[in-house]
Amino acid sequence: MNKNAIVVNNLSKQFGQFKAVDDISFEVAKGEIFGFLGANGAGKTTAMKMLCGLSMPTSGQASVAGFDVYKENESIKKNIGYMSQKFSLYEDLTVRENIKFYAGIYGIAPQKIKDKTNQLLQQLVLEKEADMLVSQLPLGWKQKLAFSVAIFHEPQIVFLDEPTGGVDPITRREFWNLIYDAAAIGITIFVTTHYMDEAEYCNRVSIMVDGKIEALDSPGNLKKTFNAKSMDEVFLHLARKAKRIE
Amino acid sequence: MQKVWMKFFFIWLEKQKELNSMKQFYHFIVKEFYHIFRDRKTLFILLGMPMVQIIIFGFALTNEVKNTRIVIVNQSTSATAMKLVEKIESSAYFELYSQTKDPSIIDQLFKKGTVKVALIIPHDFAPALIAQNKGQLQIITDATDPNVATALTNYLSVIIQDFQKELNPNNIIPYKMEVDTRMMYNPQLKGAYNFVPGVMAMVLLLVCTMMTALTVVKEKELGNMEILLTSPINPIKIILAKAVPYLLLSIINITTILLLSYFVLDVPINGSLVLLYAESALFIMVSLGLGLLISAGTDSQQSAMFISLIVMFLPTVMFSGFIFPIENMPLPLRIVSNIIPAKWFFIIVKSVMIKGVGIQLVWKETLILFMMMIFFFTMAIKKFKIRLA
Amino acid sequence: MVKLNSSDIAIKVTAVNKSYIVGKKKTPALENINLTIQAGTLFGLIGPDGSGKTSLFRILTSLLLPDSGEIWVDGLNVITEYKKLRKRIGYMPGKFSLYTDLTIKENLDFFASLFGTSFEENYDLIKDLYVQIEPFKDRRAGQLSGGMKQKLALCCALIHRPTILFLDEPTTGVDAVSRKEFWEILQSLKKEGITILVSTPYMDEATLCDQVALIQEGKILDVDTPAQMVNKFTNPIYAIKGANMLQLLRELEKDPSVERIYPFGEHHHLVMKEKDVLPVLPLSVTINKIKPNIEDLFIHLMQHHE
Repeated sequence: MNKNAIVVNNLSKQFGQFKAVDDISFEVAKGEIFGFLGANGAGKTTAMKMLCGLSMPTSGQASVAGFDVYKENESIKKNIGYMSQKFSLYEDLTVRENIKFYAGIYGIAPQKIKDKTNQLLQQLVLEKEADMLVSQLPLGWKQKLAFSVAIFHEPQIVFLDEPTGGVDPITRREFWNLIYDAAAIGITIFVTTHYMDEAEYCNRVSIMVDGKIEALDSPGNLKKTFNAKSMDEVFLHLARKAKRIE
Repeated sequence: MQKVWMKFFFIWLEKQKELNSMKQFYHFIVKEFYHIFRDRKTLFILLGMPMVQIIIFGFALTNEVKNTRIVIVNQSTSATAMKLVEKIESSAYFELYSQTKDPSIIDQLFKKGTVKVALIIPHDFAPALIAQNKGQLQIITDATDPNVATALTNYLSVIIQDFQKELNPNNIIPYKMEVDTRMMYNPQLKGAYNFVPGVMAMVLLLVCTMMTALTVVKEKELGNMEILLTSPINPIKIILAKAVPYLLLSIINITTILLLSYFVLDVPINGSLVLLYAESALFIMVSLGLGLLISAGTDSQQSAMFISLIVMFLPTVMFSGFIFPIENMPLPLRIVSNIIPAKWFFIIVKSVMIKGVGIQLVWKETLILFMMMIFFFTMAIKKFKIRLA
Repeated sequence: MVKLNSSDIAIKVTAVNKSYIVGKKKTPALENINLTIQAGTLFGLIGPDGSGKTSLFRILTSLLLPDSGEIWVDGLNVITEYKKLRKRIGYMPGKFSLYTDLTIKENLDFFASLFGTSFEENYDLIKDLYVQIEPFKDRRAGQLSGGMKQKLALCCALIHRPTILFLDEPTTGVDAVSRKEFWEILQSLKKEGITILVSTPYMDEATLCDQVALIQEGKILDVDTPAQMVNKFTNPIYAIKGANMLQLLRELEKDPSVERIYPFGEHHHLVMKEKDVLPVLPLSVTINKIKPNIEDLFIHLMQHHE
């Protein structure tokens, strides 16, 4: 088996004249926490959609969890988890119902769902809230629950799209704890964020500018390369060069 | 074409602006027009809907009887019975499917659905007619669709009565009662006479009630209302500015309907065109008021649409009298029908357009609509929230 | 209560409470909020999502009525004088609330007309902002990028030259570069004499404000200048860094002399219970005493409130 969870070669996506993603190449190792940064409109979302099998690339190759993004997108979907800030859980279902629903989608056996649900609720200290509607939970708890649901079916890779936006500083760190735990059991983490301190928590970080990957390295090396004190500076340095406005 | 229209409106609006310096209001209306003109699909549906409806109702869903297959169970061998069969056969309304002596075939054919009406001529038909002046006939219809069954019975009865008259042109029998079932105003029983006013009511309701409700609620859903509320604009202006574009769109729709029904469906416009437009404008205002009232009480486009359908559309179809005759309804439903604006509009349009009467005969209905308009607008403005919750 | 006539106070909030009915339960959104904001300041309301920022903004902009309490904005009672107030304030809601099917210019003209003014009349105020989006003035707002939408929304909120500007989470979901630019714009608006109240979940933006209020679960944790505020953090705090950060974190969490430790960018921030006491550290760990920042304080206050 390949040691890489994601392999991307010269991947492009073009909308008419507009190159949303312009010839990007990178690899993500198994169990790695990979930070996928970029300014608004740099092409992050488009790239992520292609990797999740939701959108066909215009050219180039990519494989996710060992499956080809052109031909095997159904297999990709079975082997990944996805969570975004905007859409995650059904607000009008209870915590338990949400878990059951998502686990059911992935065809997990009912008994296993039951056992794992209890284990998960215990781990998140959500036992008392298990039968509460998700809409009644504080945002931070929702996000933690959404992440746990996204990795419930033990995917090889989980894609996180700005998972911590607006979350309080303590919960944000608790959330990252969950990410570390998931990485420790071998789940590959592919995460976007606007918090530059979170970029530091990643093993490696890529920074996208105008559809291209302008930098890719560990946070420490990036700071060295750009002679910057923080990732914030690295990001500002690169993203300021952006020419395109859309 | 569309651009010309837009220009025309804006020039007109610009004039209004100079006249009363209602710049705020003017800009608001301009904005509403932008919304409407830029949502091409919706605009297309709004303007195309009346055409589609007129065509559907005018041609496809008509109650008119034409070349309907009939079974005649003729047990009489008399010449009179033969003549009656010939008369029915030669009419444009019926086509003789078969003639037998065995009545059991009726049930079979009805069940198959090939025939919907049967006439039984008993063996003693002719002797009875001559001896007692009382020939008995039986009409049997498939009443699974009662409207069709009624229509068929009526048609057939008319033919038989005609036949009776032909039979005895001079021989007037003193004790015979002759039933006169003349079809007033619509001698050919044309469905279009009923449907055109009905479609007008329905299209106006859809455009005015549903669309206005939706446009206001859209502002809430997308968060624009937050900014509008924190600005000094008066809620009355918001409400009126939302109504104006749909008033104009609806007038276009009425014109389409009238043109189509006059030229394509041959429905005459016997009354005053000005009165017809004025009454339509009144009904539009009622519908707009209702739409605005609905929007005041709802926060999502989904529920606005649902309420518009439940509150307006279904009752209009049910109680306006254009599909189901109100006279045949039980008393409680007849009372309920009075609060449906479309019922009054339907009466007005039928009276003005088809009977050709003037305002002096429809002023009561007009007054009722006018009161409804005042009521809905007052309520809409009153219920309009000046805050978010 | 005396009516405010001192012109240097832009906003005065006294004992405001607000709760919502969720299901059958009454859930408090704001509890006993007291705030005084000086005219001409750039005031930051800092707290995570769901902490009550938006509720407070809506009350201040007359969109919501509080359950109790008294609010004066620009010398006007928000509850009774809302009509006058609505002429004077500018409000940019958290959600993008312009018309996506109208162009930039059409949106501006429309919002100007709402306030009975015109784009040209107050052009000088929005000029710096407007020139950045002008090349796209005929593009529909729905087709603009996040950063441009935000600039347009700010232009629309400023078009009538408000005395007080309310910006609800203008930088949420916006990348670091656009955020920085946005704050620069706010600084220049402040120079025009406009009082600005801005809310944000990004703790690092606190230092860009003259004064900040920290808000969490409907309660104000603290109000002060950012510099003064961090002085209230009295525990010794260190930044530490080692080869295996995760292991370092897990180990030090168990140490009884440690008040708390949490990741902070490339370092962990280590808060000790007492001065001059350090935990046993593995070799190759670098440790530096640091000045706490707003985020450190926020974490501290959050845990104290619990």
